Amino acid sequence: MKTIFTRGPSFTLRLFIVIACCVGLLIADSQFNLFSSVRVYLNSIVSPIQYVADAPQKLFSAFSENIMTRQALVDRNQQLEKDNLHLKADRLLLGQLQSENKQLRELLNSKKQFKNKRMITEVMSLRSDPFTHQLLIDKGAINGVYLGQPVINEQGVVGQVSQVGSTTSRVVLIVDASHGIPVRVQRNDAIAVVHGSGAWDKLNVPFVQSNADIKEGDLLVTSGLGGRFPAGYPVAKISRFEYQEGELYATVTATPVADLDRSRYLLLLWNNDPLAGADLTLDSPEMFDEPVQ
Amino acid sequence: MNLFNSYKIIYFTFFVCLVAAIFPLPIILNAFRPDWMVLVLCYWIIALPHRVNIGHAFILGLFLDLLLGSILGMHAMLLSLLAYITSINFQRFRNFTLVQTTLLLGAFIFMSKLALYWIASSMQDIILHRHYFWSVFTSMLVWPWFFLFMRFLRIRFKVS
Repeated sequence: MKTIFTRGPSFTLRLFIVIACCVGLLIADSQFNLFSSVRVYLNSIVSPIQYVADAPQKLFSAFSENIMTRQALVDRNQQLEKDNLHLKADRLLLGQLQSENKQLRELLNSKKQFKNKRMITEVMSLRSDPFTHQLLIDKGAINGVYLGQPVINEQGVVGQVSQVGSTTSRVVLIVDASHGIPVRVQRNDAIAVVHGSGAWDKLNVPFVQSNADIKEGDLLVTSGLGGRFPAGYPVAKISRFEYQEGELYATVTATPVADLDRSRYLLLLWNNDPLAGADLTLDSPEMFDEPVQ
Repeated sequence: MNLFNSYKIIYFTFFVCLVAAIFPLPIILNAFRPDWMVLVLCYWIIALPHRVNIGHAFILGLFLDLLLGSILGMHAMLLSLLAYITSINFQRFRNFTLVQTTLLLGAFIFMSKLALYWIASSMQDIILHRHYFWSVFTSMLVWPWFFLFMRFLRIRFKVS
């Protein structure tokens, strides 16, 4: 049996030092956000562990792709060809609509860009901290990922980048309790803000007037008002609209349109700042003060 | 040489447990994931308190914070507190039966989960899920087997 208490400072002293460090870190991280820039490097220290944890899943999916039968591949190829044909046909129309839209917007003198740079990314793990809804993706600062970057899949908006590492990043989902996203109702352009509820399939829409024209089944799309998400991507469908007599606001909940817990590939969007090329002089007070000719 | 050999095994188990703590699982099973880090730390502190201690608990807690993307220092604080309690009582815990240590571990993990919830709720808006405390029971289920396996490892590779 070795003597233990002969070397080093006592346990109580060690504990005090460590607790002091922890409290310092907690306050620095949560209140002053001191680590947002250093986290890139810190995250790259632990990324080997993340890759190891992700490896079995990757191997398994690579394996199952390899042992597909010829018939399954042919079927899948045919299906994809069909889908591709339909999508291409839609795209023909889309090009036409785009140019028409551009012409109309030119008539109205409001220019708007619809083309964004995008990048496909793979989900590494879905989890973690039990209190937040996040997922880990395999693109990071070297791919040009930035904080607050919008993330979508083929169904709709998934979330936004909350932490960037050099090769991995973390995405906070729209259902996270701390997440909010400005939307409008596709049917009538009424605007609202969608908050996450903390449950996987529920979103809250607070501060909706009880006489607002919103029905169950309405599609909510991003309004682009916050400047983070580009406008027009579907976010959620209204699942419940209720109000009690005499209350100011209605109780509105929605379900996200994207399968947040089942998507494997996501798209990162580069949102060009909508205010970058905008003509802001109209808003300046001098203009209003000028006498009308 | 002996020292190097011991730390090799100890760090290897830490690495495996870190991987197990973030290993991707389906959403439904996620809440049932045992608290591997608490288990492995408690085992090594009870077995070899002169090797693994509060310092290790702190570093591992920081790693866990980074891996889980939580606020830095949250898990580090809890793990080092648990390490402190274990290391001042390690002689008593050594003489416990397996059933007693299982209950003790359950109590540790329950307290750490409560404290985590408390810290997180004071820092940000969070929602407590019904499944949050299930991992206490899965950890208690896993602990006896984990303990026996680790003892086998320790004796087999002569970690001291």
